[in-house]
Amino acid sequence: MTMAFETLTRRGALAVGGGLAAAALVGLRSPRAQGAPIRIGELNSYSRMAAFSVPYRNAMQLAADTINRAGGVMGGRPLEFIFRDDGATPGDAVRVAEDLLTRENVAFIAGTFLSNVGLAVADLANQRRRLFFATEPLSDAITMAQGNRYTWRLRPNTYMQTRMLTEAARGRTQRRWAIVAPNYEYGQSAAANFKRLIGASIPGAEIVAEQYPALGRVDAGATVGALAQARPDAIFNVLFGPDLTAFVREGNTRGLFERRFVLSLLTGEPEYMIPLGDECPEGWIVTGYPWEQVEWPTHRAYVEAYRARFNDTPRKGSLLGYVTVQVLANLLNRANSLDNEALVEALRDLRTETVTGPVTMRGIDQQGTMGTWVGETVLRGRQGGMRNIRYVDGATVMFPEDEVRAARRSA
Amino acid sequence: MDPSFLLVQSLSGLASASSLFVIASGLTLVFGVTRIVNFAHGSFYMLGAYVAVTVVPWLLEIDRSPWLFFAGVLISAAVVGLLGVAMELLLLRRIYKVPELFQLLATFGVVLMVQDAVLKIWGPVDIPGPRAPGLRHGVEIFGQRFPAYELFLIVVGPAVLGLLWLLMHRTRFGVLIRAATRDREMVGALGVNQALLFTGTLFLGAFLAGLGGALQIPRVSASAQMDLSIITEVFVVTVIGGMGSVTGAFLAAVLIGQLQAFGVLVFPKITLVLVFLLMAVVLVIKPWGLLGRPEPAAGRAALPEGILSPRGFGGAERALLGVAVASLLALPLFGDAYAVKVATEVLVFALAAFSLNFLVGNGGIVSFGHAAYFGLGAYAAGLLVTKGGLPMEPALLAAPLAGGLFAALFGFFVVRLSGIYLAMLTLAFAQIAYAVCFQWVEFTGGDNGVVGVWPSAWASSRHVYFYLVAACALGAILALRHVIYAPFGATLRAARDSEPRADAIGIDVRTHRWLAFTLAGVAAGLAGGLYAFSKGSIDPTMLGIPMSVDFLAMILLGGIQTVMGAVVGAAAFHAIKDVFMPLTDYWRFLLGASIIALVLIFPRGLGGAWGALRART
Repeated sequence: MTMAFETLTRRGALAVGGGLAAAALVGLRSPRAQGAPIRIGELNSYSRMAAFSVPYRNAMQLAADTINRAGGVMGGRPLEFIFRDDGATPGDAVRVAEDLLTRENVAFIAGTFLSNVGLAVADLANQRRRLFFATEPLSDAITMAQGNRYTWRLRPNTYMQTRMLTEAARGRTQRRWAIVAPNYEYGQSAAANFKRLIGASIPGAEIVAEQYPALGRVDAGATVGALAQARPDAIFNVLFGPDLTAFVREGNTRGLFERRFVLSLLTGEPEYMIPLGDECPEGWIVTGYPWEQVEWPTHRAYVEAYRARFNDTPRKGSLLGYVTVQVLANLLNRANSLDNEALVEALRDLRTETVTGPVTMRGIDQQGTMGTWVGETVLRGRQGGMRNIRYVDGATVMFPEDEVRAARRSA
Repeated sequence: MDPSFLLVQSLSGLASASSLFVIASGLTLVFGVTRIVNFAHGSFYMLGAYVAVTVVPWLLEIDRSPWLFFAGVLISAAVVGLLGVAMELLLLRRIYKVPELFQLLATFGVVLMVQDAVLKIWGPVDIPGPRAPGLRHGVEIFGQRFPAYELFLIVVGPAVLGLLWLLMHRTRFGVLIRAATRDREMVGALGVNQALLFTGTLFLGAFLAGLGGALQIPRVSASAQMDLSIITEVFVVTVIGGMGSVTGAFLAAVLIGQLQAFGVLVFPKITLVLVFLLMAVVLVIKPWGLLGRPEPAAGRAALPEGILSPRGFGGAERALLGVAVASLLALPLFGDAYAVKVATEVLVFALAAFSLNFLVGNGGIVSFGHAAYFGLGAYAAGLLVTKGGLPMEPALLAAPLAGGLFAALFGFFVVRLSGIYLAMLTLAFAQIAYAVCFQWVEFTGGDNGVVGVWPSAWASSRHVYFYLVAACALGAILALRHVIYAPFGATLRAARDSEPRADAIGIDVRTHRWLAFTLAGVAAGLAGGLYAFSKGSIDPTMLGIPMSVDFLAMILLGGIQTVMGAVVGAAAFHAIKDVFMPLTDYWRFLLGASIIALVLIFPRGLGGAWGALRART
């Protein structure tokens, strides 16, 4: 999905380096996890999307070390991740995936960030008959129209997250909606999902304006002007990253958000909330990750371990990385084999207890039921946050089964 | 529509135009004087924003006064100006004597290094800048609220234009800038200290880019993607205005700003392609932009840049070629599967780069959009296989046809121009093709592209496909090489070296160039088709600007003055990237540093270095 961005201070970089070294040592010396390590290839946009992917990698290291200290997987073998940059283009990513599969002898591959990269790697996995555990790409196509036997996705896709928001709008009265979304697949498909779903929550809702600025190049003044001109009652926003900051600043100064109800995808994730700073608007309904308010004991333990080790607060990427490793460890224990056909079968409806609650890899569309939090934005001091949060289990907002069957007929 | 809305929307357009102009004016000055196509201009813009979000909050801690804010902005711009001077002294000064295109490669290396340096220094999180004290509020204009800061920006553009006019007309430095823009050789002949003039111009250019970046901080956050998002747009502004013309850049910026502001009302998805459409239209009608002038040196017999007298293979070359081809063909026997995969890609890129150098080195037709024909070939093959249900073989035949067809279509307009305008028109067409592939979701799959583009069963093993690619790529390279040595190739060189003279002896220059452009498109299309089947998918990055720039980097690394240099350059570029990518997250820094090192050590490319070595023995 996204162009994300985030924190690698110098200290953070040292922590990463140290973490890698420590992970290697732990993997070798661990008193309980013995035997040949199980190598998993992880490719992601570590250079282009460092804001997301570095916390993600940190958390994967943390989770792998925790599991290895507790005895590893498959009866005592340590988990080992081989991290590679995917170059943020499908061409580079496919070559890197081949490198991991042929030269690094990994059991299977995981990761990727951008949807086009994820789709290209998914198709390679299908061609080579190897498991691909897509973690971050949000495109519905990965598990729907372009889905294949070997590709499984963990994170809630665009449809699921959009549906969480439209259901949160149930009971509202605003009928005139404006949409603003980045002009690429993620934005277009979020907008399309929104148009499909909003009518179920607000009967009679209509779209009065749509704006699709180019990704990373929003002309905020013109966009805000065009939206305001249509006099909508409410706005559905899909912008994120630098585009979001520019849009929010311009909208705040011009009063675009005054007396308007706003639904906004991903805005509550620390990756996007932190750069907004004190411009964070109040009262938007967003999906996000208010890690500091999540009280589940396992989640708290993970947050404390993460903060202690990396001297940084967790991001959405961290949570995803941690849950990924938990699901993969459970998978390996369950399958007790590295045969990719056996792994794919073991993933079908596999249920894992994770730090974000139980996650099932639904068999019919090979999509995880990992959920996310929905809440209202609020400004606390000079930093935005979320309030009135509630965790929406992904299982409640999945694609209807008949739609999945129709879309995946070719898969 | 409500007139007050139209007014406010047009003010929004003016504010964007003003910001764009400040940055573009620096680029156009630098190009006018030094003839450097400075890719690093976007990096200076980004650095301006990053320095400002560091310096300005620190100054505002002392006192929240507007004066300190603007002092911080000017300090940031000056710091960036000094970085521009550093780039001139440490890098560009060493390579003024080599073909102008080479400096483009050096600045591209700088872009890569700055991207990773920014990530390292400031971290990957976007940094929002402070708002300008005293200009935080909105101003009511006929009942519409408009940001005060943008009103201020609207004033900045004309103010910078006025100051630049004073500088150019009232100071000796400015007079020299204007003189050098008109005729650089003449200024040198008159005994003007060119080194100082160039350093001064680079300072001014980088200062303006930095100023543009620093002025943006109350509107956008500093992010590591800023450089690439601005650089193409700024190039477009300078070209539409006429390279070297500050007033032209101003007009072009205003035009683009207004078109964007009102274009989004009619076509909300237009922003992707609008500026390139405008540039294509302007260049087709006015080949030197709105206010540009024909190159004064165009009629002069300048020292040509490119292949001079293509020598045949000597004994050493024959031996080298024999060893290279033999070891390549034997690779599947001793190399692992991944080595075969990488070799396949090197062969594909070698063909694409060779076809580009056929244009650049042999024909003097510099294309900034060669990836378009590569990508369109890939799309033709990929769509025929996935949507048309055809097998690989006919699809691979269609790839060069599609590449050639579009090259003929675009080339018809392209060959009417020359120099940087020609290059920018190729870029415009490439971006239009990119936008169509990106936006036509139903047919092309949009930016996700189309997957399932795999070879037929008999060629599905990596080894067989490698031999298929080797046969196609080597065959096509040898055929193109033959054309370079044939009378057609010599005719292209004649037209490159002196168009009037070639014309005088009865050569139809335009037609020959058009045919050459089409032929290069055919070869690039074939490379694209081969690439699609090696990746299993097609997507718009195959015809994007980064891909075009990669091809340029390959031929420049190899040396545009030698026939086979492009092949060496493709192998070197791909190898460097493949070595560094797995090593570190900061592989772009190392790639950029390697490019700069190679530029400094082999200022005529690897092929040129080989030629010099041969000449000495």
